[in-house]
Amino acid sequence: MCDTCGCNVTHGNAHLLKPGGRLEKTSEGKQSIDVLKGLLSENDHQARHNREHFDRHGVLAINLMSSPGSGKTALLEATIDALKDHYRIAVVEGDLETENDAERIRAKGVAAIQITTGSACHLDAHMVHDALHKLKLSDLDIVFIENVGNLVCPASFDLGQHHNVTLLSVTEGDDKPAKYPVMFRTTDLLLLSKTDLLAVLDDFEPDRAEQYLRKLANLAPVMLISARSGEGLQDWLDWLEIRMSERQAEQQGIDQTTSQVRL
Amino acid sequence: MHELSLCQSLLRQVAAIVSEQGSGFVSLIELQVGELSGVEPALMQHAFPVVSQGSIAQGARLLIQTRPLRVLCERCGSESDAEAGNLSCRACGNWQTRLISGDELLLTRIEIESSAITR
Repeated sequence: MCDTCGCNVTHGNAHLLKPGGRLEKTSEGKQSIDVLKGLLSENDHQARHNREHFDRHGVLAINLMSSPGSGKTALLEATIDALKDHYRIAVVEGDLETENDAERIRAKGVAAIQITTGSACHLDAHMVHDALHKLKLSDLDIVFIENVGNLVCPASFDLGQHHNVTLLSVTEGDDKPAKYPVMFRTTDLLLLSKTDLLAVLDDFEPDRAEQYLRKLANLAPVMLISARSGEGLQDWLDWLEIRMSERQAEQQGIDQTTSQVRL
Repeated sequence: MHELSLCQSLLRQVAAIVSEQGSGFVSLIELQVGELSGVEPALMQHAFPVVSQGSIAQGARLLIQTRPLRVLCERCGSESDAEAGNLSCRACGNWQTRLISGDELLLTRIEIESSAITR
């Protein structure tokens, strides 16, 4: 069909070509198409798929984000030590290069899948999906996704996690939430890490960090934690425990619905 | 930064829309980007010509409309402007607000020229 004589206009699409229609031509004869679609729709679609995967197997998925060196891996090591007798844990590690973090996790006796992103500054839902294929989700209770250390880009990509947890180490400055609002606005829990160093730092005020977080209209709890001294670790473990029970309750709901459908 | 990969994703979406319509070249792509979307319009403008090279959107104009930050107060119900680092209500100072505009990251419109001859 041509675009000259109108033979491509059918009963089915005529309304689209009329003034105000989705395919109305502009004055220069160009076709203008209203779209209104999220730029991240490819990623978001994959993220929903990942979340369904986790849900089907009753797995809790946590996305850990922070700047490089704020103690994500150390927190995971301490968390695994505390929880590995109760829960089956695996970790997806995101880094630009090296398997170092994955090796640290494996040394704790749990599975770790390393994603090396090369030059990419964040994990996306597709990378996580590929990594999940290397894990047997039916044998797991919790998957931690340790995102690439970066307070900017990871914030924009849904990975299919249930909760975002952001670490802010006390060596970084308490105004980070104000400087990186995209990241901190959407976090579900803020962990102020390396608090064993607070004694020697006179310029980090945990209360101030919390005030900056509240200014982003974020109600998330704020916890002080030190993987090294163990301070605050129990608060974090309790938080995880509550998230686990929520997941299990939801899972039971899903199972009941499924069995009712079967009946 | 991730503007490059966003541009690639944008182009895949645009290509899908064009092939749905038949064929043609894209002359304009219109986006809505909020300050809290995590995307820098200037970086997007830099990345776009690089990524669109050789595609149906090569040479297309990328029009980015930035969306203002607006919040709705959950206490007093006022709508007010806000800053990225301070989403508190301007009317009563309450910090418990809801963002009603400013985190958009949308492809809103494209224009297609039906033939290469017009280019």
